[in-house]
Amino acid sequence: MAAQHPVPGSQAGLIAGEIGEFPDASTRAVTSQGDGTRHIPTKRPFSFGRWFGATGWRHLVGVVMVVFSLFPIVFVVSSSLNPNGTLTGSNALFSKIGLDSYVRILSDPQVPFATWFANTLIIAGVTALGTVFLGALAAYSFSRMRFTGRRFGLVSIVVVQMFPQLLAVVAIFLLMSTIGDLFPAIGLNTHVGLIMVYLGGALGVNTYLMYGFFNTVPASIDEAAKIDGAGHARIFFTIILRLVAPILAVVALLSFIASVNEFVVASVLLIDTENQTLAVGLTKLVSNPRYADWSAFSAGAVMAALPVVALFLFLQKYIVGGLTAGAVK
Amino acid sequence: MQMSTTIGDDTRQDAPPERQTKRQRQASVIADAASGGMKVFLVKLVGLGIVDALAVYAIFVLIAHDQWIPTVIVAAVTALVNWIYFSRRKLPAKYLTPGVIFLVVFQVFVLLYTGYIAFTNYGTGHNGTKEQAVSSLMASSLERVEDSPTFPVSVVEQAGQLGLLVTDPESGDAFVGTNDQPLAEVDAEFDGDAAVAADGWTTLQFADVLARTDDVTALAVPYSDDPNDGAIRTPDGTSGYLYVSNLEYDEAAGTMTDLETGTVYADTGEGAFTAENGEQLLPGWQITVGFDNFVRAVTDPRLAQPLLYVTLWTFAFALISVASTFFLGLFLAIVFNDMRMRGRKAYRVLMILPYAIPSFLSALVWAGMMNQSFGFINQVLLGGASVPWLTDPFLAKISILIVNLWLGFPYMFLVCMGALQSIPDDIQEAAKVDGAKPWAIFRLIKLPLLLVSVAPLLIASFAFNFNNFNTIYMLTDGGPRDSNAPIPVGFTDILITMVYKVAFTGQTRDYGLASAYSIIIFIVVAVISIIAFRRTKSLEELN
Repeated sequence: MAAQHPVPGSQAGLIAGEIGEFPDASTRAVTSQGDGTRHIPTKRPFSFGRWFGATGWRHLVGVVMVVFSLFPIVFVVSSSLNPNGTLTGSNALFSKIGLDSYVRILSDPQVPFATWFANTLIIAGVTALGTVFLGALAAYSFSRMRFTGRRFGLVSIVVVQMFPQLLAVVAIFLLMSTIGDLFPAIGLNTHVGLIMVYLGGALGVNTYLMYGFFNTVPASIDEAAKIDGAGHARIFFTIILRLVAPILAVVALLSFIASVNEFVVASVLLIDTENQTLAVGLTKLVSNPRYADWSAFSAGAVMAALPVVALFLFLQKYIVGGLTAGAVK
Repeated sequence: MQMSTTIGDDTRQDAPPERQTKRQRQASVIADAASGGMKVFLVKLVGLGIVDALAVYAIFVLIAHDQWIPTVIVAAVTALVNWIYFSRRKLPAKYLTPGVIFLVVFQVFVLLYTGYIAFTNYGTGHNGTKEQAVSSLMASSLERVEDSPTFPVSVVEQAGQLGLLVTDPESGDAFVGTNDQPLAEVDAEFDGDAAVAADGWTTLQFADVLARTDDVTALAVPYSDDPNDGAIRTPDGTSGYLYVSNLEYDEAAGTMTDLETGTVYADTGEGAFTAENGEQLLPGWQITVGFDNFVRAVTDPRLAQPLLYVTLWTFAFALISVASTFFLGLFLAIVFNDMRMRGRKAYRVLMILPYAIPSFLSALVWAGMMNQSFGFINQVLLGGASVPWLTDPFLAKISILIVNLWLGFPYMFLVCMGALQSIPDDIQEAAKVDGAKPWAIFRLIKLPLLLVSVAPLLIASFAFNFNNFNTIYMLTDGGPRDSNAPIPVGFTDILITMVYKVAFTGQTRDYGLASAYSIIIFIVVAVISIIAFRRTKSLEELN
C-alpha cells in the first residue's frame, strides 16, 4: 500500500508534496458551494470586525510569534555589527554599524575562528556524505533484497537509534584514546577519528528514513533494468540513487546540521584548540569569564549560522518531510 | 507507528518476490557477472586492496604492542570482508557491511563498553594496570642516592621517544634505555670514556637538549627489571645519577613499603595500595568493583540527593518541553492553516528561523541575553531590572523551558501543519453535514487523527529532549552549582549533562560513576520506548 498511495503523515506522503499549500474545507467552501452552480459573491462593504474575526486575529498571532522568533536573531545581528561592543554595549540595537567585529574575530590570533570554521565544514561535510552513502547502501539492501535476518536488521536499527552515541561518551573517549596510542592518525584529537565515531550513527534513523523512501520507488524499474542487462551495482548507482535524490539531500542536510551542532563527543575527542569545531570552540570561548568581546562572538555566531540557515531554507520543502518522518529535534 | 507498521507490512506490500528459486538465483548471478565490466571489477579490486593494506598495517602495529585480541578481530573482519566482496552471492552483505562495521564498533560496542566501565573504578587515580601503577609510584618517589657515581650520559631519540645512553663508569660499557625500557647493553661509539652514539638511536645535539629540557629532566630510565633498583636521571643531559625510590615494592607479597616511615601499603582489593589506617597511595589501578558505583550513586546521601533532583528535573524538562512545543506548534498550525490568510509563507519562513539556526549558537546567544547584570532582557526589555534568569535555581529552570520552547516550536509547527493538511477533507465535510460544530470537528476528528501520525514524533521528541545536552549546557551549564554535592552538579543539570561533568570536568574524573549514570539513562530510555511504542500501536488501531 505504501508504494502506490503515500500514507498520510508518513515520510512518503509528506515528501510527495503535502508541504505545499493545501486548501481545507473551510476555505474551499468560499469558492465552490458544492452543488456545482457558481454563486458570484456579492460585494459586501469592508468591516473590520468581520475581517478581524476571519483572518485579522491570525495576523496578530503571526506578528507576536514572529517577534518572539526574531528578537534573539535581531539582537545577535545587531551586536555583531557593533564595532567594539561588550555585552552591555550591544543592548542599544543598531546604534553603531560596522564590520570591525567580523575583522576582529577573523584575525584574533587567540581565536582560530577560520580554522574552526574549516574544521566544522570538513567534519560535517564528510560525515554527511558518508552517512548518505552508508545509509543508502543499507536501505537499498533492506528495500530490494530478501535475506535471512532482514527483519532482525530493521528492528535492531530502530532499537539502536534509541540510544544516542552521547550516552556512551565515556566509552568513546576511552576507546579513542586506546586507538590513539596505537594509531595516532585516527585516534584522539584527530578529525578522522571523530568522523568515524559519527559514522557509527550513520545506520539508524537515516536508514529508516531512506528505507521508507526506497520502498516508494517501484521495483518494476529495477526489473526492467535487470532485463536490459544491468547488474545490481549499476541499478543502485545509476538508477535508484537518482530516483531517491530528494531523500539523499534531506539525510545529508540533517546529518550535516547534526554534526555542526554536536558538542559532547567533539569536545571530548578534539583536544587542541586548532582541531576543534565551531560548537566546541565558540562554546569554550564565551564560557571563559575573561572573554568580554561579545560583538566578536556575535559576528562569529552569525557567520557560523549562515551556511546552515541558507542550506536549511534552500532545502526547506524537502526537510519538512524528512523531519516528520525522522524526528531529529 | 511508522516503524512498526512498515516492518510488519513489508512482506505483503512492495514488489520484490519473497524467495527466489535456485534457478532464478543462478540466473541473476550470471546476469550480474555479465553486466559488471572490467571497470567495476578494478574499482572493487583497488578498494579491497586499500582495505587489506590498511588491515595488514594495523595487524603489524597491534602485534608490536602485544594486543592479541584486537589482532585476531581485525584479521577475522578483514577476512570476512574479502570473502563477502569476492563471493558471487552474499549480495545483501555487500551493501550492509560498511555501515554495520561502523555501527558495531562505534555504537554497539561503546554501549556495551559503557556497561563494563560502570562496574569498574576507572577514573582519575585508577587509569591503568597494576604494573603501571607500581612503576609510576616508584618513579614519583625517586630520590638521588647519596655518593652515587656519576654516569656519563647522552640523550638519544628513537621513533620520537627519548632515551638515555649511559656509560658505566666502572666497566666502561654502554647501556641504553627509556622510561619504559630498562637499561640494556648496546654497541656504541665512544668519545673518550663516554658513549655518544648508538645504532638505531639519534643523539640529540646540545641545542636540542636545551630546547627539550623539561622532557629530558623528566626522563627516569629504570636501572633494571626490578623497580627497586632505581633509575638513572639526568639534570643537565650530560651526567646522570642513580636515583632510588623511597618506596619498596615487594612483588611476592604485593606490598609497598615506605622506607622512611616504615608504613606498609598492601593490595587490599580496592585498586590501590592501602595502609592499615586506610591511607591510599595514588595512582592506583583499574579493577572491577561490581555494583559499587550504582550502590554509591543511590545510597551515598551526598550523591543520592543530586541524582534524585536531577532525574526529576530531567523528566520534567523533557515532558514540559514536548508539551509546550507541541501545543504552541499545533495552535500555530491551526491558526495558519487557513487559505484566506495572506502572507502565510512569509510568516512560516520567519517562524522556522529559530529551527534553522544551530541550537548551540542560539543557546549561547540566549545565555548572553539573559545575563543578570548586562543582558538585553534585563537591561532593555525590563528597563534595568536585575532578574537572576540563569542564576536562581527555579528561574533558571523557567528560562531553560522558555529557550527550549523557542528552539523547538517551529519543528512542531511544521509537523502539525503537515499532519493537519494530510487529513482528508471529506471526513470533515461528512462531519459538517452531520451537524458537527467546528470545535467538535477539531476535538473528535482532527485531533485524534493528528495524534495518530504525530504520536511517534512526540515520543522521539521526548527521547531527544531527555538527552538535550546542548540547551542545558550552553545556557546554564547546569548551574547554579550545588555546593553540597561532591561531584560538579547543578540545579538545572539533566542526567546527560551530569554524566559529562562527572566524567570530564572538575578535579577528579570518575568514569565509573559517569558510566553508571549512563546506564541509568539507558534503562529509563529503553523502558519509555517500549511502553511508548506499545501505546502508539494501540493508538494506531483506533484509526
